[in-house]
Amino acid sequence: MPDFTKEHALNAVIALGLLVVPLWAYFAGEIFTITLFTRITILALAGVGLNIALGLGGMVSFGHAVYFGAGGYAAGILAQHAFNGAPLLGLSGSNQMLVIWLVAMAVSGLLAAVIGAFSLRTSGIFFIMITLAFAQMFYYFAISWPAYGGEDGLPIYVRNQFPGLNTMRPLELFLICWGVLMAGLALFATLRASRFGAALMAIRQNPDRVASLGINPFGIKLAAFVISGMVTGLAGALMADLSRFASPAGMAWTMSGELIVIIILGGTGRLFGPVVGAAFLVGFEVFFGGLTEHWKLWLGVVLLAAVLFGRGGIVGLIAGRERFG
Amino acid sequence: MTLALLFEQLLNGLQLGLMLFLMSAGLTLVFGVMGLINLAHGSLFMIGAFFCAAVAAASGNFWLGLVAGTAAAAAAGALIEVTVLRRLYTADHLDQVLATYALILILSEGTRIIFGPFPLYLDVPASLSGTVDLGLTLYPLYRLALIGFGLAVAVGLWFLISRTRLGVRIRAGENDREMIAALGVNIRALYTVVFALGAALAGMAGALVGAVQAVQVGMGEPVLILAFVVIVIGGIGSIKGAMVGALLVGVIDTMGRFLLPNIFATFMGASQASSIGSALASILIYLLMAVVLVLRPKGLFPPHA
Repeated sequence: MPDFTKEHALNAVIALGLLVVPLWAYFAGEIFTITLFTRITILALAGVGLNIALGLGGMVSFGHAVYFGAGGYAAGILAQHAFNGAPLLGLSGSNQMLVIWLVAMAVSGLLAAVIGAFSLRTSGIFFIMITLAFAQMFYYFAISWPAYGGEDGLPIYVRNQFPGLNTMRPLELFLICWGVLMAGLALFATLRASRFGAALMAIRQNPDRVASLGINPFGIKLAAFVISGMVTGLAGALMADLSRFASPAGMAWTMSGELIVIIILGGTGRLFGPVVGAAFLVGFEVFFGGLTEHWKLWLGVVLLAAVLFGRGGIVGLIAGRERFG
Repeated sequence: MTLALLFEQLLNGLQLGLMLFLMSAGLTLVFGVMGLINLAHGSLFMIGAFFCAAVAAASGNFWLGLVAGTAAAAAAGALIEVTVLRRLYTADHLDQVLATYALILILSEGTRIIFGPFPLYLDVPASLSGTVDLGLTLYPLYRLALIGFGLAVAVGLWFLISRTRLGVRIRAGENDREMIAALGVNIRALYTVVFALGAALAGMAGALVGAVQAVQVGMGEPVLILAFVVIVIGGIGSIKGAMVGALLVGVIDTMGRFLLPNIFATFMGASQASSIGSALASILIYLLMAVVLVLRPKGLFPPHA
């Protein structure tokens, strides 16, 4: 995309705004705002992951919470073993974020490979229901497996460490998350502009034509699905560190629904769509949640209006239709 | 582990299966005829349970509550079909998912506003309380009645679909909506009727199950997800598949929870067996779904095969 479009300007404003507000909050002493923005960046990253499968590949996964939750558990379990010194499969645990991120991505990528291998045999409504059902399977497994907290979840007593920074300070944790989000967005943009991305988007539009060109749609879709799960899993690990708690609720079907909401409200397939969607969702909850305990009713009304009357989400509303070329 | 216990669990599985059938039948009908994926089907289950509990508490009559719950769910179904869902029949599945997810939020919060934040309790009707001697074991009469009720509704539904004029139209609507519209059938009204019928079945299931569990907001979604598993196994759009899938899921889930901890206990410690057994039992039906998908990707009874 050679031209500097309205969307590029919007993206730059959002990326900087996301950085500037917490910096301001730091000097103003508004710790709550920093934590709020950390949550936004993490949810946005989870959404960027789903956006690879859903936005680029047209795979409506209603079970992405499983990767988010698995990433969280990876962080929680490694930290627990590092904390109590018990070996895990013969290895020691870890309280280093960089190690935890790699493990979280490996675990969620593996899960996505297995679930994808089954689910991608189907399409359309089957795919939606099956991804939901598989996510639910792991959710029930997590709450009925007592070794790592079961229904109570798994606390992380000391937040995991990052070289050179103090993760117990809200601003430094935020900067880590912001950096990871930018890396995730760069990955999304690179994928979208690559030959792989072109094939993926072509499969979304017409898998038969792509197959007739000698490209195997199943392989491309599965690869995209795995990458998608890994990014969402990484977000899950960050969320566990933010809340210092690996929660089975992160795997619940409502989380999968929230991730879809984030993408569609922001703008499906748009680079910064999940960022805008996550900011809207968290902002809506904080603002309307303070006004009425029934804020979810109004969220439902807004969503319904977005489906029935809106096209292209918030990014589409501001920056217009997506341009190619 | 005795034969009597095994028999009792089998009946429990049958009962769960038949209640799942009531849920799945509406879901699969709505998909088969209108091509709509409806996440809010679980909310209709919840509405049925709440109205039944409230009316039964106010009137002291469970059966009045059952009728009220079924009617309320049917009315709520017709209302959301007319106001929202009929705009989505031609939309893609993603829009349907998002819109019906939004409906879950609205209906759940709406229920909380009307009935308050606390769970309601619904008593088993006096005429069906107590147990009945089945020879092998004593079994709660109400649960036995649920099995009978579920079977009766299944037969009634089969009769409605295969033997009545409305059933002919529903089946024709599944095959070719343009053609039956051209033959002078009011397709919009037909869709509303089909949706209300599915909603009534879900509401009835909610009301019936409400007497053996707490009636609370969020009770519908676990059942909805089980119903998804059922219709994926049975074949989406097939009533027969919904019946077979529901019975499979009901019996395998119940028996797995009962048998697996016992089986593991034969070769490991009791507490370990119980935790591994119950964890494995909770994912058994999803494994069943995975196996079915590998062997028959369109389910056991794909419609239009």
